[in-house]
Amino acid sequence: MTMFNRLPIGAAKPLLVALVFLGLAAIPARAAMAIQEVRTSSGIKAWLVEDYSIPIVTVRFAFRGGSTQDPSGKEGLANLMAGLFDEGAGDLDREAFQERLDDAGAEMRFDAGRDAVYGSMRVLADQKDVAFDLLRLAIEQPRFDQGPTDRVRAQIVSGITAQAKDPEAVAKIAWGKALYGEHPYSRQDEGTEQTLAAAKPSDLKALRKRLFARGNLTIAVAGAIDAGALKRDLDRIFGGLPAEPSLVPVAETAPKLAQEVRIPYDLPQTGLRLAYAGVSDKDPRFFAAYLMNHILGGEAFTSRLWNEVREKRGLAYHIGSTLVNSDHASALVIGTGTRPDRAAETLSLVRAEVRRMTEEGVSEEELEAAKKNVIGGYAVDHLNSSSAIANTLVAIQMEDLGIDYIERRKQLIQAVTVEDVRSVAKQLLSADPAVMIVGAPLEGRKG
Amino acid sequence: MTFEAAAVEAPLGESEIANFLLSNGMDVVVIPDHRAPTVTQMVFYKAGNADEPPGKSGIAHFLEHLMFKGTSKHPAGEFDAKVAEIGGEENAFTSSDYTAYYQTVTPEALGTMMEFEADRMRHLVLTDAVIVPERDVILQERRLRVEDNPEGLLEEETQATLYQNHPYRIPVIGWMHEMEQLDRTDAVAFYDRYYAPNNAILVVAGDVDAGTVWRLADKTYGAIPRGPDLPQRVRPQEPEQNTKRTVVLTDPRVTVPSFEKSWVAPCYRITEPGEAEALDLLAEILGGGTRSRINQELVVKQGIASWGGAYFQGRSLDPSSFTIYGSPRGEATIEAVEDALDAEVRKIIETGVTDVELEKGKNRLVRSMIFARDSQTGMASIYGKALATGSTVYDLEAWPLRVRAVTSTQVQAVARKYLNPDRSVAGYLLPRESATSGDKRR
Repeated sequence: MTMFNRLPIGAAKPLLVALVFLGLAAIPARAAMAIQEVRTSSGIKAWLVEDYSIPIVTVRFAFRGGSTQDPSGKEGLANLMAGLFDEGAGDLDREAFQERLDDAGAEMRFDAGRDAVYGSMRVLADQKDVAFDLLRLAIEQPRFDQGPTDRVRAQIVSGITAQAKDPEAVAKIAWGKALYGEHPYSRQDEGTEQTLAAAKPSDLKALRKRLFARGNLTIAVAGAIDAGALKRDLDRIFGGLPAEPSLVPVAETAPKLAQEVRIPYDLPQTGLRLAYAGVSDKDPRFFAAYLMNHILGGEAFTSRLWNEVREKRGLAYHIGSTLVNSDHASALVIGTGTRPDRAAETLSLVRAEVRRMTEEGVSEEELEAAKKNVIGGYAVDHLNSSSAIANTLVAIQMEDLGIDYIERRKQLIQAVTVEDVRSVAKQLLSADPAVMIVGAPLEGRKG
Repeated sequence: MTFEAAAVEAPLGESEIANFLLSNGMDVVVIPDHRAPTVTQMVFYKAGNADEPPGKSGIAHFLEHLMFKGTSKHPAGEFDAKVAEIGGEENAFTSSDYTAYYQTVTPEALGTMMEFEADRMRHLVLTDAVIVPERDVILQERRLRVEDNPEGLLEEETQATLYQNHPYRIPVIGWMHEMEQLDRTDAVAFYDRYYAPNNAILVVAGDVDAGTVWRLADKTYGAIPRGPDLPQRVRPQEPEQNTKRTVVLTDPRVTVPSFEKSWVAPCYRITEPGEAEALDLLAEILGGGTRSRINQELVVKQGIASWGGAYFQGRSLDPSSFTIYGSPRGEATIEAVEDALDAEVRKIIETGVTDVELEKGKNRLVRSMIFARDSQTGMASIYGKALATGSTVYDLEAWPLRVRAVTSTQVQAVARKYLNPDRSVAGYLLPRESATSGDKRR
């Protein structure tokens, strides 16, 4: 049954084509969630949060090196590969593999992002041995049989074709190209019909071999399992992998600003996107930028953009800004959809709010409220299910932020001053942004 | 009154879910979950889009938006700011049968959240100054979710064709021309009628115990006087349906066609015992995922579909729907997909399901309830939706056992009884061959 929400689900989520690492705040002091570091004799490391209240175990892991590792001309390979891990492994063909997975009551997923291939398994605790064996097989010996490969490829191609005339999809592709040019970040993760046609099972095998190693592997586990059992399981699942991956280096990049991209369509609403420079999450200015973005448009119901565009004027159903951080690029992106006849007005309102941020910065009160929000909201946003915990712990490890990070971040956030925010706002937002307009030409403007 | 869960041998048996009534008639469910220091409160009002007066489509959802516009005690934005300050998450949603509001916060903040939520249950202040821009927001929402989206448009038209008399035919967001006319009087009338403790369900899931919830709820919600008793929710029911209907949407934005077919089917509240469970199993076996018949036959074996499946919407107040769907792949036609989907339905009607399929289907359904326990908001919403559509906590707790009891004969029987090909609605989403990208649509 269709539901209608006050806030679009996922509205505050990334609007740019890139993987996001949300800036992490701290959890309240009482949330003494115990994270154990588990290390096996063969050197495999994982973070574990033990919990027996529900009889399930969730494993999440990532191999660094995602679609950026697709060979040129074979874009979409990593994504295709991710779709094939449950299509047969070892001596089990597709049918046998999926039947066993189902009998074991396990959910297994693989996804390719730009910077990593992610995998996860969720299983009832008493069935974990069988399920983990299947996971090991999928990782070590995926078959990539011709039949399943052709079928999954055809499904992906069908998805690409289905989107070919969808203005949003067309815009997304154009936006990626405009911002990142020839860099792998401008690619569509799923590739194209042509590049996918070129992908052979041998290419898939080669890519898996390059990517799946212990040296670029990050693991987190949550649920009904203790450290001893986990050590044995980790060795069993991942122990057979080679020590080091073989990754192609990826250049650092930044979105190209000061440009306008127009995607003309006659649509009932006009999409607007603006991109500014961002800040790496390893940059000392990161939390100043994070709090600044939060006040500008990051927090759905209380941000300046929300208030000006939606609450006061009813110009949009959603409006938000987000810091987009990938391994090799960062950006600040604002996005909204509005009435065609008032799109020009909306765009100038957004630009005026951005200007106000560079000129006035934020007030002490706003900054305090933002700090409270991002500190207090950590558990709600990042730790409210086993999957969320495992995802968060993988992300923290991938950024190499340390096992005490959750506690430490609180102090880093608290240390941010109004001056820091003003300074970072000036640095990021004074530049002329990249702007994309999807829909009818703006009224009151030429072209 | 506390619900006794111990009697039921079920995956949820250890959860000690509590269920009690406040003296003013507000129903309260507590689902303790101490894994993370967070708690979700959801307040469901038993009033959705199917309860709207004729000609006022969208008022339930519009009011949902207006509930954030402030009360005499807390001006607009204060509740949002409070939730934001403590880092909470909040939203609200409206469906045909209910409207719900929720916040996920740290346990310390639960009492404050209840104070705010209870305050706006009765003391909302609505002025034209907030009505007008917010109406623009919902019009914008309709443009985004429906007008701008071929799937959204087809879905709306299919519903309007599937139900001829029941208000489920009316879109939850509302028809554009009626939404444009909604005003303060409409909102206030809907609010006054339905927003009262005896028409509400509070679900609290998370790091709290039932005693604490009872104390906080009694102090906040409990202080609100009971509203007048609402009459039974009797909506116009469907007449006997004897036709096969078709809805076609061609749109220049569509490049790959898709197909769906729906039937009016009963719901958990109104059905012969075991029928809704059998329909859930039928949907699972027919089209519930990679192991389903539709996926195995159409996607894997015949290779004519890139995706396909089936679902049953049994958690509704009145009879809802059963749907099969699919999309052709490569050179296959949409007709081939439709024929193959029909063939799968026919096979079940004629020869039923195997014991192995049935057993595996049951395992998957029961397991999904255990996995669902991993999400606090997910659990709160499962319970809230079930209670708002006429089920009880006991029904939900006993559900796995009732699923286990379904026989293959029952699955075949519900397929035969409800999936009659001569009384279905088929929806086609088709490319507009002559148009090219960028052309004027519709």
